[in-house]
Amino acid sequence: MPESKKEQLIGGVLEVSRAKDLLAKMVLTRAFEENAEEMFALGKVHGTMHLSIGQEAIAAGAGPTLRKDDYLLNTHRGHGHFLVWGGDLNRMMAEFLGKETGYCRGRGGSMHIADVESNNLGSQGIVAGNLPISVGVGLSIKMRKTDQVVLTLFGDGASNEGAFHESLNMASIWNLPIIFLCENNQYAMSMAFEKAFKIEQVSDRAAAYGMPGVTVDGNDVIAIYKAVQNAAKRARDGNGPTLIEAVTYRWRGQSKSDRQLYRTRDEVKGWMEKDPILRFAKLLNVNDEEFKKIEAQAKEEIRKAVEFAEASPEPDVATILEGIYA
Amino acid sequence: MREISYMEALREAIRQAMEKDERVFVIGEDIGIYGGAFGVTAGLLDQFGPQRIIDTPISEAGIAGACVGAAVTGMRPIGEIQFSDFVVLSMEQIVMQGAKMRFMFGGKAELPFVMRLASGSGTGAAAQHSESLENWFVHVPGLKVVMPSSPYDAKGLLLSAIEEKNPVMFFEHKLLYKTKGDVPEEMYTIPLGQSNVVREGSHLTIVAMSVMVMRAQQAAETLAKEGIEVEIIDPRTLNPLDTAPIIKSIIKTGKALIVHEAVKTGGFGGEISAAIMESEAFAYLDAPVRRLAGLDMPIPYNRNLEYHSVPQVENIIEEARKLVKGAY
Repeated sequence: MPESKKEQLIGGVLEVSRAKDLLAKMVLTRAFEENAEEMFALGKVHGTMHLSIGQEAIAAGAGPTLRKDDYLLNTHRGHGHFLVWGGDLNRMMAEFLGKETGYCRGRGGSMHIADVESNNLGSQGIVAGNLPISVGVGLSIKMRKTDQVVLTLFGDGASNEGAFHESLNMASIWNLPIIFLCENNQYAMSMAFEKAFKIEQVSDRAAAYGMPGVTVDGNDVIAIYKAVQNAAKRARDGNGPTLIEAVTYRWRGQSKSDRQLYRTRDEVKGWMEKDPILRFAKLLNVNDEEFKKIEAQAKEEIRKAVEFAEASPEPDVATILEGIYA
Repeated sequence: MREISYMEALREAIRQAMEKDERVFVIGEDIGIYGGAFGVTAGLLDQFGPQRIIDTPISEAGIAGACVGAAVTGMRPIGEIQFSDFVVLSMEQIVMQGAKMRFMFGGKAELPFVMRLASGSGTGAAAQHSESLENWFVHVPGLKVVMPSSPYDAKGLLLSAIEEKNPVMFFEHKLLYKTKGDVPEEMYTIPLGQSNVVREGSHLTIVAMSVMVMRAQQAAETLAKEGIEVEIIDPRTLNPLDTAPIIKSIIKTGKALIVHEAVKTGGFGGEISAAIMESEAFAYLDAPVRRLAGLDMPIPYNRNLEYHSVPQVENIIEEARKLVKGAY
């Protein structure tokens, strides 16, 4: 690529227009989740939710490196990944409100939102539950002889489940095309990383399974993009899985019942100063005026999605038993 | 018709399904060169190679996850759990993922996988290698549960299970692997949810599963010499359960004995009993429904203790006599 052209790429990898789209998705994710909080406070939401506010850079950096026919296995804190993967905001909001028009006909909710048709194999209510599944998806790709890859997301907490170890080992011995992307947001509910690990970084564990392990700044869209892009290439070329750890921070509580007694306000404040959205906006030279426009646009999209969802029908009780067996 | 063993019938079903459908593969511990702990997959590695007969590390969660993930992306995996007891290490993947995925996703995913499990006592393998855990899975909507009792059923039900679009838990009994019976060479299926009247009789209905079908048949021979004609019904699949032949039989005999190896408390016998009580057969009962099942205990190692921990032929004979002679 000629130097002049390369200079126009943000971080050397992203075209400006694409980068701005991703910034808009990050802002939209935050708007979705702030709206979710608000609706919860107003008693409009039946269940719980897990907010990724402060972690938006990982979704923005990871998904765009992949192809439409690749697979996503998401976590319970996965609204951002779902949106970046191409999720329709209306159907997502409808699912969040338990409506028939939602992605899962209101049967799954925030924690199980999925769109099998777009190879988005769902968010996950069991910590590390998606890791063994990704082994099966990887095997399936290998047996079908396609060059698809799997993006498997999980947190620091999941890295201490037995399923993590079985899955990374199996993926490695069989050279499966899987990107294991750990969103290390410092806390497994209330359990702090340093109390739960005797090692410095989750990625150190990659060595135990004979795969590359890298740790990146999880608030840096470009760093994540590059790491996932490398891992995807490695996987697509038939060289097997990679473990990526993206270090970030969960600004909000674990879920809606969290009183956050396990950390200090100063700690949270310190991380809020490292806001991944503002950081990416600054990298793109987006000024205040332009940023406010992006925010206003996101809020308007959210307003419309809420309108759509609220106007959507509730599932008919007569259909209660549908979808259990094929 | 040719006679082959239960194990050979299972192997033939797997082989024919794999020859017919490239999406079918087998994954489990020691299923390749070792041929499976009980020999079911012997020789399949030579025919299909390591890409489709996949030996795994000792990772039961991984095996189950591999089945779930491959099934939801278009393959048709057959997982093997070497001893059904080890399924405890796969429970999250089977119960939380495989069974629920379709429902959680609004009916928009298919999970066509079979989990084969070598089950039951009688081999001196003690408490962690001898359990009968089928009823755990009956309690999980989204799964189907199959328990073949003969070579013929083993082949036909396994071929059906492989064609299923839903996860199937397929419980094989270790003591049945070497039993022989008539099995057609060609492919055939037995629908899931079709009880089998194994023997006809007019005095007593015995509902038995898996190895207990064989024991009930032996008991029935003895009882017949005493003039007691037993009707034996094998549900073959616990979920879906075909209750119609059971109800019809009890309307005829007025008496029901349910026999299974799994521990009595919380066992499938309770479910069959309840199904009888809720049906029109209730009015025809002239004795209480009786259950003969494993004692509420882990399987002991000692040969004699192990023998007495689950129903044997003489227990069935004795219980049948009591029922027919009005002891209850």
